[in-house]
Amino acid sequence: MSEPTSPEVAVNDDQSPVVPHPTDEAGINVAVQAALAAFAAAANLDELKTARLAHTGEKSPLSLANREIGRLDKSEKAVAGKLMGASRGRVNKALAERTAVLEAEDAARILVEETVDVTAAPRRRRAGARHPLSTLQDRVSDIFVGMGWEIAEGPEVESEWFNFDALNFAPDHPAREMQDTFFIDPVDSHLVLRTHTSPVQVRSMLEREVPIYVLCPGRVYRTDELDATHTPVFHQFEGLAIDKGLTMADLRGTLEHFARQMFGEDASIRLRPNYFPFTEPSAELDIWHPGAKGGPRWIEWGGCGMVNPTVLRAAGIDPEEYSGFAFGMGIERTLMFRNEVPDMRDMIEGDIRFSEHFGMEI
Amino acid sequence: MRIPLSWLREFAQVPADATAEDVMAELVKVGLEEEDVHRPTDEISGPIVVGQVLSIVKEEQTNGKTINWCQVRVVPEGQSQTLLHEGIDPSGVQGIICGAHNFVEGDKVVVTLPGAVLPGDFRITPRKTYGHISAGMIASSRELGIGDDHDGIIVLSRLGLDPEVGADAMELLGLYDQAAEINVTPDRSYAFSIRGVAREFAHATGTAFTDPASLLVLDEATAPGYPVKLEDHAGIYGKDGCDRFVTRKVTDVDPSLPTPPWMASRLSLAGMRSISLIVDISNYVMLELGQPLHFYDADKLTDEIVVRRANAGETLQTLDGKTRKLNTEDLLITDGSGAIGIAGVMGGAATEVSGATTTVLIEAAHFEPISIARSRRRHKLPSEASKRFERGVDWEIADEAAQRAVNLLVELAGGTATTEITDVGTAPAGVVIELPEHFASELIGVAYTAEQITWALTEIGAQVAVVDGGYQVTAPSWRPDLATKQDLTEEIARLVGYHLIPATLPTAPPGRGYTRTQSQRRRVMAALADSGLTEVLSYPFYSAAQNNTFGAPVAGEVPAVKLSNPLSSEFGFMRTSILPGLLGIARRNHGRGFRDLALFEAGLVFLPGDTLGTEGIPPLGTKPSDDELDALYSGLPHQPMHIAAVLTGHDSPVAAAHTPRVYDWADALDVAKLVSDVLGVEVVVAQGAHQAFHPGRTATLSLRNGTQVGYAGELHPKLLAELDLPERTVAMEIDVDTLFEASADVIVAKEISSFPISTQDVALVVDANVVAAEVLETLREGAGELLEDIALFDVYSGPGIEDGKKSLAFGLRFRATDRTLTADEASEARAAAVALAAERFAAVQR
Repeated sequence: MSEPTSPEVAVNDDQSPVVPHPTDEAGINVAVQAALAAFAAAANLDELKTARLAHTGEKSPLSLANREIGRLDKSEKAVAGKLMGASRGRVNKALAERTAVLEAEDAARILVEETVDVTAAPRRRRAGARHPLSTLQDRVSDIFVGMGWEIAEGPEVESEWFNFDALNFAPDHPAREMQDTFFIDPVDSHLVLRTHTSPVQVRSMLEREVPIYVLCPGRVYRTDELDATHTPVFHQFEGLAIDKGLTMADLRGTLEHFARQMFGEDASIRLRPNYFPFTEPSAELDIWHPGAKGGPRWIEWGGCGMVNPTVLRAAGIDPEEYSGFAFGMGIERTLMFRNEVPDMRDMIEGDIRFSEHFGMEI
Repeated sequence: MRIPLSWLREFAQVPADATAEDVMAELVKVGLEEEDVHRPTDEISGPIVVGQVLSIVKEEQTNGKTINWCQVRVVPEGQSQTLLHEGIDPSGVQGIICGAHNFVEGDKVVVTLPGAVLPGDFRITPRKTYGHISAGMIASSRELGIGDDHDGIIVLSRLGLDPEVGADAMELLGLYDQAAEINVTPDRSYAFSIRGVAREFAHATGTAFTDPASLLVLDEATAPGYPVKLEDHAGIYGKDGCDRFVTRKVTDVDPSLPTPPWMASRLSLAGMRSISLIVDISNYVMLELGQPLHFYDADKLTDEIVVRRANAGETLQTLDGKTRKLNTEDLLITDGSGAIGIAGVMGGAATEVSGATTTVLIEAAHFEPISIARSRRRHKLPSEASKRFERGVDWEIADEAAQRAVNLLVELAGGTATTEITDVGTAPAGVVIELPEHFASELIGVAYTAEQITWALTEIGAQVAVVDGGYQVTAPSWRPDLATKQDLTEEIARLVGYHLIPATLPTAPPGRGYTRTQSQRRRVMAALADSGLTEVLSYPFYSAAQNNTFGAPVAGEVPAVKLSNPLSSEFGFMRTSILPGLLGIARRNHGRGFRDLALFEAGLVFLPGDTLGTEGIPPLGTKPSDDELDALYSGLPHQPMHIAAVLTGHDSPVAAAHTPRVYDWADALDVAKLVSDVLGVEVVVAQGAHQAFHPGRTATLSLRNGTQVGYAGELHPKLLAELDLPERTVAMEIDVDTLFEASADVIVAKEISSFPISTQDVALVVDANVVAAEVLETLREGAGELLEDIALFDVYSGPGIEDGKKSLAFGLRFRATDRTLTADEASEARAAAVALAAERFAAVQR
């Protein structure tokens, strides 16, 4: 501080650091090294800020030295400019590097500090569920729609003609009584709760153009008391195909394809002679269920057959020109053996645990 | 139908070691489905042997009864006992106490020895009684489960039997026999007989069949039989009620003779009680040949038998002792005294056979099925006879069945056959069916050969003539179900085998996929489940009270579809609303410990219209006229699909750092809004009233055109208390069919403006009873086209607001499609909106 200074360079008068001359390579280097050491020593962004202000701030030796350049001779200016430029460049680069390192460390630390216990997460939205009978009905429909069939529907309170007579149940035939029918009061209104979805087949034949390939799922009624295997309200799906030249082999092929979609490629079906008024020939349908509880076995699944010509005539279709096949299965029964439901009552009591266990799938 | 195997073996080649299960496995191939197995040995086991009563000591007891202390030899004389069991005497003679008195020393009887087990898990052991050790039992047929005879023990000599002492009595009594029970479909009347099932067994196994009818030699009539006239002048559908009536007379019958054990055990295995020898014979012949018989006590008949319809007011005391009012549609058997039987259903008490009958007149008749079915139903008299007549009996078998009965009455009941034979009636025309050569192959998809077709049809008893282009087939008399070429095709297919039918997959024409409504329904259901509701299904059977409460907004009688034969008379109506059923399910779940519930159900409700049903039913087999079809369609009640939801408790499970929200009335509305959003149909919410809902917390849901579609809100507290459901339970129900119809076919795109938004808020003070939705709609109307969106963001009443008033705060978003709005333009629109609200509701800006 012995050197006389002009008022213009008196800015650092009260500062302790020694301001080297801008052409003093050794002196400048000392300042640079001091800055680099300070940056490296900074343990966090706060310390780095302090170091930055001390070594690159307005009153830092390097800044003050730099300011001296303007007062130098032209010949010195070039030397000083070059020296100062390179020196400040080194310092700024070191600062930037250290800043990046410390910022990265800081960010990482914050993320660590934000750690939560993910296993304690609350369930904010209730999980809903479809009833598995609805889901199964949709699944069956999807399979047939995929084959080009359409879905037909009809009313549950139905006229006796559609439920019986159109399907070749003669008024006094024992088969009519065996349907365990709910009749609507008064009985001579000739209305019933449909005992099967077959009336929808008749409606389809009356309302659609042949060829007809329809699946009729829906709710049906019989006067059975509720127990482990019976319910007065249940669901069926029935299929009907009317076309030229349809055969019982076509019926078998359709059922086999469907069975494999439902129960896997190893599933197959078996037909046994049976009787239904609305089909002739008629058959009982068994399915070979490869995944059955207790091992693969035959399970009685439904009924089927070639549509009786009397039924075709009732719907205005000429049986000499067209033939058709029909089949029907119970949805509850299918769900029972496919998904191992032990008791029919589980399906109809409405206990939420039953639906929620299935969720949106079956 | 239960088939005792020993009986079946008489006419079919059933292997000696075949079980009932083996027989059923064969029969199912031809369409007779397995039902059950009946095996006496499942309930009864020996040693049960033939014994001879050596001595009887009568001992009077203090209670007034006399019992017999008997010594009974149970091994042949001179031999010693080889059976080892506690209480079986090595000497071969058992001491037995017996309370019955219908036997004497020297009689051969059935002895159940210690170690034997009788039906009802009755174990025979030596026991001390009346001062003796009784080591066994002298058995009655009732104790052995083969009859109902209360009168006493089985005395074998009285049955004409003289077996060796010590012989296995179970063999003698047919107790090793077993029966296969099969399900007979309504078309196969002939399979309600051993004859018919034996024929089917032969079809199934390809073995020989002996027709029992062919084993009978018919007596020739030497004198006119009992006079019979068929005088049905009012046949149903113009068909004669009776087209054959055969009578045979057997004299000198001994009514006291017992039924032989082989017959009793077969009847019992077949599921019929042994009643008396004469009655048993009639049942036995019916089971064997399928022809129901009726036996009269000939001495009680007066004058000629006339078969006719009942006269008005006529009555008959049937043999069950009841006096029945007859209907003019009932077909009767009458004699000089009047009605003596409802044809094919039940005989009269006055002419029935009894313990004093010595002359039997056998009736073997053929009745028209519909007539029998109606009488049976009218008089609620289902019987083995009516079951067969209703399904159709072989016209040809009547005289053979009568002959079989004559033979048995002679052989077993000591009767004398007479050859006074009546056989009146007219044989029906044979059913001849044309079967085109390739028809069966084309319908089934199997190339049947001519040999297969002829073989199969001949096998079932048809006559087959090969004609040009096919076959002329005459159906057998016992197959009234065979009438068409399709019927014959089934016979060919099942005899050749259904297992030979191949699998081919027909190609459906291009389908249209799901209908719009079907897709919409599915999307709504999925959306409800996705949003946290659980689908359940309830029964649609309701009480009148349930419909009256939920089916209409105000109290009163709600028209509902009534069931004529409900399972429970309390729940005799079809639902007009889904909520009662759904609330029942909510109640059940709540009772099972589930306090937080969000349930929904989709299903039909049943709303009767002006007409219910039709006067008649169009006939079978022809397409009804358009008018008839219209009547069928319009006679149905309206059956729209409704969706209902019930919510109670919390919206989510309790968890750490999470406070679940309690469901309230707005959640019920939210479910309704979700349904309408999914369907893209605007549903207008208005303050409403419904008797099942809280009077101040109910919304009516309507379409923009005013059609009301449902309700949502909090249920009435009183109702919730009655239903034992939690307070503040909320619910909604909506007619989704109407929403489906209202949804747009094509949604037209809306222009999206990229000009900046201008947002303005407004707070209006209105009377407390003014509803927010109406103010909002008014602001929307007043603001005009520039208003893009408006939302209610605060409702306030309290300090700063006058009593009886409330403040509604709305956020308005303005935007133009063609320019940036100036602040003035937005303010102007806002002012217009406020002005209209001021005009309509006296709203004051705050």
